[in-house]
Amino acid sequence: MDRLNDILNIVLGIHVDISWFLILSALMMFIGIYGFLTRRNTLAILISVELMLNAADINFAAFNRLLFPNGQEGYIFTLFSIAISAAETAIAIAVMINIYRNLKNNFVGNLDKLKW
Amino acid sequence: MDYSQFLNMHDEISLIAVIVILFLADLFLCGEHKSEMASKAMSLLPSGLLLLQTAYIASALICPCGNGIVDAFGGMYHNTPMMTLVKVVLNIGTIIVFLMANNWLKRPENQVKEGEFYLLTLSTLLGMYYMMSSGHFLMFFIGLELASIPMTALIAYTKNNQESAEAAAKYILTALFSSGLLLYGISLIYGTCGTMYFNELACKFDTNNTLQLVALVLFISGIGFKISLVPFHLWTADTYQGAPTTVTGYLSVISKGAAAFVLFTILFKVFQPMIEQWDIIMLWIIIFSITIANIFAVRQNNIKRFMAFSAISQAGYLVLGVMGGTAQGMTSLVYYLFVYMVANLGVFLIINVTEQNSGKINISDYNGFYQTNPKLSFIMTLCLFSLAGIPPFAGFFSKFFIFMAAFNAGFPVLVFIALVNTVISLYYYLLIVKAMYIMKSNEPIALFKSDSYSKIAIVICTLGVVFGGIISCIYGYIDILSNLSYGM
Repeated sequence: MDRLNDILNIVLGIHVDISWFLILSALMMFIGIYGFLTRRNTLAILISVELMLNAADINFAAFNRLLFPNGQEGYIFTLFSIAISAAETAIAIAVMINIYRNLKNNFVGNLDKLKW
Repeated sequence: MDYSQFLNMHDEISLIAVIVILFLADLFLCGEHKSEMASKAMSLLPSGLLLLQTAYIASALICPCGNGIVDAFGGMYHNTPMMTLVKVVLNIGTIIVFLMANNWLKRPENQVKEGEFYLLTLSTLLGMYYMMSSGHFLMFFIGLELASIPMTALIAYTKNNQESAEAAAKYILTALFSSGLLLYGISLIYGTCGTMYFNELACKFDTNNTLQLVALVLFISGIGFKISLVPFHLWTADTYQGAPTTVTGYLSVISKGAAAFVLFTILFKVFQPMIEQWDIIMLWIIIFSITIANIFAVRQNNIKRFMAFSAISQAGYLVLGVMGGTAQGMTSLVYYLFVYMVANLGVFLIINVTEQNSGKINISDYNGFYQTNPKLSFIMTLCLFSLAGIPPFAGFFSKFFIFMAAFNAGFPVLVFIALVNTVISLYYYLLIVKAMYIMKSNEPIALFKSDSYSKIAIVICTLGVVFGGIISCIYGYIDILSNLSYGM
């Protein structure tokens, strides 16, 4: 990371600081939210949610590396959150397979038995 | 590392022991062809073990050694007597749910997966335990997820039923979305403060820091999904309707109560310097929750969906105790939770036995219910009156105390709006009473006998509804514990 920073600094004259990571993670977060609201396939919705969770993970890692390098709190949190989101995805996909068995497709428009 | 620290977590370790014993019992007792004995053992074991565990953790409340505050793992785990009391309340609710589920789990299609129900339910309960006793955002997040991931499996429990799968899909997608928001909020807190321990965080907040305000909003919306407060309530009605009735009962009381208590402790402990900001946010959330849910509840015909909107509005009343973050608010929140639990589970018990015996879940099906099943309809009336807050039932006292707490915290207008809404809620609760007593029906639900496990649970709920308010020492006792644990 530090060497990469040096190379970027020398070759392109840019300095990568915390704001770069924050902009990246904010972009990922809002792309995720947009995808969650607009996608019509449940699996695509799931991928959008993964983007949101990963945006938070980038934040944790970047804050720990650049702002609070004395501890490991952010890294540990990232590890746990990756494990938890894997568990969530596993069970969400199990539910979606169950829906697929019943309906033969996976589009949210067909999840209309429970309304109002 | 000092492994003896694990022994400080009495409540959690004893619950894990119950889970392990049940897991082994499930392994050896359950199967395609169960003997009569094994089947009997499997229905008695979960509630029995949980009752023992409840007695064990309640014993710490009766004879407290020291001030009863336990810390472990450098402050990651933090337990006060008040939290233990909430755990006892949640345990009682879970026992009632187990008794309610017993008959349903004995059906042929559920025989093979009987043990799973208990294991999944207790896993979510363990998650709520850890969520309540957390002293660090990591612990809180893991507890929250442990409480919501197995819940999805419970909602999708009836595998071949499309409604159940649909409800589970709606639940897991909104739960994932909300945990994404929550996680982002926590990351901003970490970025601005450099720590995630609750007791170190409190002094690091600054009301002019925009990132921290965003973190507060994201935190409230993340946990608002769990309590299903109004702008975050859209999953509630669908999930409650599609889930099996016992699971709906569990979802509407236990997970909601735990999340509301956590909301109180974290807002009070961590976001203390921002009290003006979160008071305004909670004020509007409560007004919208109570009002909108009441309006939607009036037009429902499916009784589970009706109870979902009723639960959203009751959640609004429940978080009234959060306003101002006072010790009195904490007391009345826990008391409200207890009273709401017995009344709501009472209604769900009767919905469940009716559904098991006749398969009917619409409000119009309850026409003429009093002619055929007078006892059940009388108990249902008591529970509905308690939910609506009619004296002398417990619901009146719990509403009174929670209004008093919000009033003393300085929110008279909010209390007035809540009072007006109580009247609206009385209207739709009485719609069911009217259907049962006054409306005539050509083919009312035939007379049926409920099973003995449900009967025990119904008796517990009825006693709670009738005597929970009159026996004033309950509130007094919660108040003592609350003052002891306040601010710890």
